[in-house]
Amino acid sequence: MTETEGMNAKQKLGYYTNKFYEDALAAHGKGELVCWSSSIAPAEFCETMGIHMIYPENHAAAVGAKHGAIEILELAERKGYTMDNCSYSRINLAYMDLLVEEKKTGKTPAALAKLDELKIPRIPLPDIIITCNNICNTLLKWYENIAVSLNVPYIIIDTPYVHDWPIPQYTRDYMKEEFKRAIKQVEDVCGRPFDYEKFVKVQEQTQRSVAAWDKAMGMAAVVPSPLSGFDMFNYMALIVCARSNFAAEDTFTTLADELEAKAAAGIDAFKGGEKTRIAWEGIAVWPYLSHTYKALRALGMNMVGSTYPGAWSIHYEVGDFDAMADGYCRMYSNTCLDNKVNVISDVIENTHCTGILYHMNRSCKLMSFLNEETAEKVKERTGVPFASFDGDQTDPRNFSEAQYDTRVEALSEIMEQMIAEKKAKA
Amino acid sequence: MSKVDTLLAEFEAVCKNPKKAMDDFKAKTGKGCIGVLPVYAPEEIVYATGYLPVGIWGGKKPISKAATYLPAFACSIMQSILEMEIDGTYDDLAAVVISSPCDTLKCFGQKWKGKSPVIQFVHSQNRDFEASNTFMTEEYKFVKTKLEKILGITITDEAINKAIDVYNENRAVMRMFCEVAAMYPQVFDPVKRHTVIKARQFMDKAEHTKKVKELITEVMKESVVPYKGKKIILTGIMAEPNELLDVFKEFDLAVVADDLAQESRQFRTDVPSGSDPLYRLAKQWQNVDGCSLATDRDKPRGQMLVEMAHKYGADAIIVCMMKFCDPEEFDYPIMLQQFEAAGIRNLKIEIDQQSDSMEQIRTRVQSFVEMM
Ligand code: SF4
Ligand code: SF4
Repeated sequence: MTETEGMNAKQKLGYYTNKFYEDALAAHGKGELVCWSSSIAPAEFCETMGIHMIYPENHAAAVGAKHGAIEILELAERKGYTMDNCSYSRINLAYMDLLVEEKKTGKTPAALAKLDELKIPRIPLPDIIITCNNICNTLLKWYENIAVSLNVPYIIIDTPYVHDWPIPQYTRDYMKEEFKRAIKQVEDVCGRPFDYEKFVKVQEQTQRSVAAWDKAMGMAAVVPSPLSGFDMFNYMALIVCARSNFAAEDTFTTLADELEAKAAAGIDAFKGGEKTRIAWEGIAVWPYLSHTYKALRALGMNMVGSTYPGAWSIHYEVGDFDAMADGYCRMYSNTCLDNKVNVISDVIENTHCTGILYHMNRSCKLMSFLNEETAEKVKERTGVPFASFDGDQTDPRNFSEAQYDTRVEALSEIMEQMIAEKKAKA
Repeated sequence: MSKVDTLLAEFEAVCKNPKKAMDDFKAKTGKGCIGVLPVYAPEEIVYATGYLPVGIWGGKKPISKAATYLPAFACSIMQSILEMEIDGTYDDLAAVVISSPCDTLKCFGQKWKGKSPVIQFVHSQNRDFEASNTFMTEEYKFVKTKLEKILGITITDEAINKAIDVYNENRAVMRMFCEVAAMYPQVFDPVKRHTVIKARQFMDKAEHTKKVKELITEVMKESVVPYKGKKIILTGIMAEPNELLDVFKEFDLAVVADDLAQESRQFRTDVPSGSDPLYRLAKQWQNVDGCSLATDRDKPRGQMLVEMAHKYGADAIIVCMMKFCDPEEFDYPIMLQQFEAAGIRNLKIEIDQQSDSMEQIRTRVQSFVEMM
């Protein structure tokens, strides 16, 4: 691909992210099909049939990061949603209403115009939607509401909660039937048979993208780390949106090369300032991304450990539905406490973290209600201290800078003390 | 005391002191009890063990210790259950069965603080094809095997099929009871109606069926008279505590039907016939309709409630919104549109099991009634 030749990873990220939204909008204008999808749903089926994918969580995160959330959140509340529902869903459902209104009246509602002004990418309304509850059951309800509001076909890939490890064969068997059913639904929407040859190619591309992602994210393990987890938060947009196409492979290959060069030269993400290394459990606080980063940066705390990279590392042999089912089902928040603890502890150990920060996310019950138990057990296994802060991934009203700073400082002190004690002993 | 009053007093005694009902069962059968958390569980499998399935739906309890393990934005029912777990309230139970239809319950099944062994299971959410039934059959097999292991017994197909008969009969009788309660609001004020239904959580279903049948027979002897107050339908997870129902009573609101998870949703859907009991139970889940916890692309709940309101001549629908319950909160905006489109009066009130004061709710109900 010549269009990105000579670009660095960051430029490629910007280029592809923009292109991704622009292409979907243009395609919709030409009457091509658009699908809204949850962030870790199998994209392979729709991608195979050339359906353009839009990821509302990603889009909502952009609304949050570009400080457009408050007004649109209030719109959702006026429709009857409460402040307690996931803020991604509220943003998306309100945005959907604005798009519908615009389509009906031919006029751009003021709230939508304001988001346009903030340069929040436009997304087209969907012709079909797909959700996978491997991240939460909230998505099932959120997409159910989209389905009835827009009267569009709704593909559900139900990944039954793995309450006892390991994933039973009958869960995979059920999911395989769901895959077949999804293929049928996609065929119906497209009005043509599923292209199995293309499907193989899409799967191969997905696996190459994931391998490049793994390689780049794997660089966080180097001490000191050339990669900051906050960059990872940014790059994540592309593994979500472009998992099944070349854009992700292209960008992450470049990123991995850049990070390798930095590591070889001994340059860390803080340009020599890495004092401690922490893991971040949970979603970023998009409206306060800069604040949350700077507070850590000031204390020399490099965030290198996250379960995020693993979330999209879905590996399977091409053509193997059983492995594909397993891959989509084993997302750690879809599994029992023991597995969750193992996944997080592995991250801490593999990336040599000396502490972990838990985001008690007002939006996300599934990623919050086991935090206490997880933290205790992870500490038992890894010995690293933890701290927790209250936040929300896109509702700025649920985060306090002061509380965050205090918690982070406390964690920093404990970590530094532990490191000093270790050194003294040695 | 009339026969009706005597029967109602018996149901009330059970609800007021479930512990005694459980102890009595133990004394009578020599077997213990098994806890069943909301909303749906294959209770028939539990019943087939000979142990008494008892519903665990929280209750009024100040939250202190639970706050360490659950942030304030968890539904109040799970807050109270957790508090009682820590207090040891459920430690006598031989086992506890927990489903995972919402994000809160997924976590809840992994963080039980009581001493009883926990059996967690999950419902399929892609329900309208055969693979769902196959999956659920396996999942119920898992529940059955775990129960057998914990109790050291074998649960036969025959015993489960028999339990299904007992439960289906109870369901039919309960549906009939709700019809009768709607005809006799003078007898069944909101609290009494609720008491009869709630008692089934702590009684042997066969016993409960018998008593409810007696109650129906007795009440039907009386003549039906026009009701002076207004008629309402309740929807939500539950309409507790009783103080809330007292407010309805105070303003002469009669509950003529409900779509509460704790009430009608428990007996709306029968277990279909067949030979493999686990498959039959699986099929029942497929047939569940209009519930916030059973994913449905068509979202029929709002329309179902509109039809219910017409059928029972209800003056309004009251949405009993369990605070912090995602599944219910996501249904609301869609239902609201449907109610408004159908011109049905509706009021949303917040359910908080820990709430001490009904003042705010009373004021809202009062002005709502005045507007009717
Ligand atoms: S933030 Fe949590 S509740 Fe919201 S979509 Fe993501 S996983 Fe689900
Ligand atoms: S969130 Fe709702 S469905 Fe889930 S446990 Fe709480 S009340 Fe029940």
